[in-house]
Amino acid sequence: MTKEIIGIVFMFLITVLLAIPFGKYIAKVFKGEKTVTDFMKPFERLIYKLSGINPEKEMNWKQHLLALLTINMIWFVYAFIMFLIQGSLFLNPDGNPSMTPDLSFNTAISFLVNCNLQDYSGETGVTYLTQLFVITFLMFVSAATAIAGLAVIFRALQDKVTDKLGNYFHYLVISCTRILLPLSILVAVLLAFNGTPTSYAGKSTFLGVQGDTVNVARGPAAGMIAIKHIGTNGGGWFGANSAHPLENPNYFTNVLEMVAQFIVPLALIFALGFYLKKKKLAYVIFGVMTLGFLLLVIPTIYYEIKGSPTIASMGVTQTTGAMEGKEVRFGPAASGYWSILTTVISTGSVNSMHDSSMPVSGLMQLLAMMTNAFYGGCGAGFMNYFIFLIIAVFMSGLMVGRTPEFLGRKIEAKEMKIAAIIALLHPLIILAGTALSTYILSSHGGMGWAVKPSTWLNNPGSHGFSEMLYQYTSCAANNGSGFEGLADNNPWWNISTGFVLILGRYLPIIGPIAIAGIMAQKKYIPEAAGTLRTDTFTFGIVTFGVIAIIAALSFFPALTLGPIAEYFSIY
Amino acid sequence: MKNYLLPSLRLTLVLIVLFGGLYPLSVFLIGKLAPGHGDGVTIEKNGKVIGFENIGQKFTDDKYFWSRPSAVNYNASGSAGSNKATSNPDYLKDVQARIDTFLKHNPGIQKSDIPSELVTASGSGLDPDISPEGALVQVKRVANARHFSEEKVKELVDKNTQKPLWGIMGPEKVNVLKLNLALDEMK
Repeated sequence: MTKEIIGIVFMFLITVLLAIPFGKYIAKVFKGEKTVTDFMKPFERLIYKLSGINPEKEMNWKQHLLALLTINMIWFVYAFIMFLIQGSLFLNPDGNPSMTPDLSFNTAISFLVNCNLQDYSGETGVTYLTQLFVITFLMFVSAATAIAGLAVIFRALQDKVTDKLGNYFHYLVISCTRILLPLSILVAVLLAFNGTPTSYAGKSTFLGVQGDTVNVARGPAAGMIAIKHIGTNGGGWFGANSAHPLENPNYFTNVLEMVAQFIVPLALIFALGFYLKKKKLAYVIFGVMTLGFLLLVIPTIYYEIKGSPTIASMGVTQTTGAMEGKEVRFGPAASGYWSILTTVISTGSVNSMHDSSMPVSGLMQLLAMMTNAFYGGCGAGFMNYFIFLIIAVFMSGLMVGRTPEFLGRKIEAKEMKIAAIIALLHPLIILAGTALSTYILSSHGGMGWAVKPSTWLNNPGSHGFSEMLYQYTSCAANNGSGFEGLADNNPWWNISTGFVLILGRYLPIIGPIAIAGIMAQKKYIPEAAGTLRTDTFTFGIVTFGVIAIIAALSFFPALTLGPIAEYFSIY
Repeated sequence: MKNYLLPSLRLTLVLIVLFGGLYPLSVFLIGKLAPGHGDGVTIEKNGKVIGFENIGQKFTDDKYFWSRPSAVNYNASGSAGSNKATSNPDYLKDVQARIDTFLKHNPGIQKSDIPSELVTASGSGLDPDISPEGALVQVKRVANARHFSEEKVKELVDKNTQKPLWGIMGPEKVNVLKLNLALDEMK
């Protein structure tokens, strides 16, 4: 077990070590300074020319949001139509069918908002055409959508009064060409050389060793799996996601995919420090997030290694830990680590089945998405944290009797209202969705829907409740992992989670950009002796407290009905 | 919104071609150089494909090492875990049945020697590996079925045990398909 622990410590440390210089690089990219990837410039100019975009044209925060929403709307329409008609289009060697309208709706939204919920299964639910031209495409641009949004926020938080915040399309394009694309190519090639398929060949059929007919689904998967992690998307080429032996063939690729999904969110935090020349602030934020992460990951790994009490009582040995839903090549430690990293950041790819995790691990996975601010997804992660920062500044300002200020700007009622709405939206959509589903299941379980509500759940009792809670939490956090036992490919789940996905994505992007945009137009007050410092250990603890109180405690009653009740029923 | 509609449309088209077309195509071209030429790494016997190195197969015969239980019955045109919770009483009955089957086919083995991975389903349903313990506990049965000495089979297991990454990270494992093919080769 020591070697498994060494493995996860290595995965964490190597990412942090790589993320610091990478963050410095990202800051330079967004400032327009000289970088090693300047050879991409002619290529970017070509993109601007073909698209009719002037990358120098400055936008204010409202124009940024308008551009963001316009282009996202186009992507939605495109994706929705493609899924509806994919069955009759080309690049479909396995002859997979088109999607039903409700599934198209859900799938289009879920990739558009960087969630990747996947109510279908990769081998049978999509074609090579949609896997590449819709899903892989959306994986790049949905990640770039939020990274570009964060670039706007960085620009707004600089110490000069302005409403000119750069060009949104420019940020979107360079997020792709300077950050996502180079890293994805690197990861894709490494995956290919470790056995992940890259060719367009369809299913392979042959006779196995014992004489059974064996089918193996494949496809040009490596490129998609690379961006699925680099862009914290998480949707798998295959149904079993990164537990699938072609999607994640060995321990090396497991390390690679772990680093790949963690590096951009982490680097963006350091990028903030380099961009604003406030490195200490970035390190304090990193510290708070790491504290939260460790509090979630350590119990998870402990319980996964320890194994299941109910299996133990049957008399078999659990030297390899709790193995239901896990792969031997990763083991319980790397699986537990992955399950928390993928839920704190918004990837939602899995290398073990979360539905079969121990109750404490399930609790931690849920909490990771409920707080949704420890590291977080590409761009969106810091935006969520930013909301909590604003609330923490306001609260501590009130506590010590000073004007609440952040980075030289007063935080006033308007910003606080936006922050409060965004912070409270998250529990609202999760709990309302879960409550409604629970009501339908318990009071109208026999209803004559195509999939009867009484058959939704794969497990009885409190764990069944957790399956529903997990689904809405995952959607609201734009995570995309699931307690996959839930029968989610039917109109109720496809449609209700579709709306949760939209609310959980766009409001948390609009809010922070609006706050930053408003702040940028306010008078800049240089730091003085009386200023409340936000780059200190104490302020970090206050922020942590705000996150714990708002995000975690509002979910406590729901959690007691789910994983906590399950824990007490088996230990 | 009107100002942004046309550039958005055009940019969308350009990026669809780039990320949906050119990007996977270049990975495909590079992948030609990789083991298996991007089609997945296969294992052949007598010129015929009999397996993918990384895709587990169903082994139920006493003379083969068994793979782990699978929620998709090792049909790799799909993939899934059981998604059963450890608190689920029906699931525990399934596990109990697997333990009973294992004991019936492996006389002389104590229940406490069975590693849990042999009676629990993997995440993908296609797990190609078992742990060294999971292989060693089956040595007696395989040796008896093939009339080999236990030492010889055990040696083969040791030879097929893959070390952790760089010798220091992650679990040890045994690829069941490769082990069984080596077993068939053994005289």
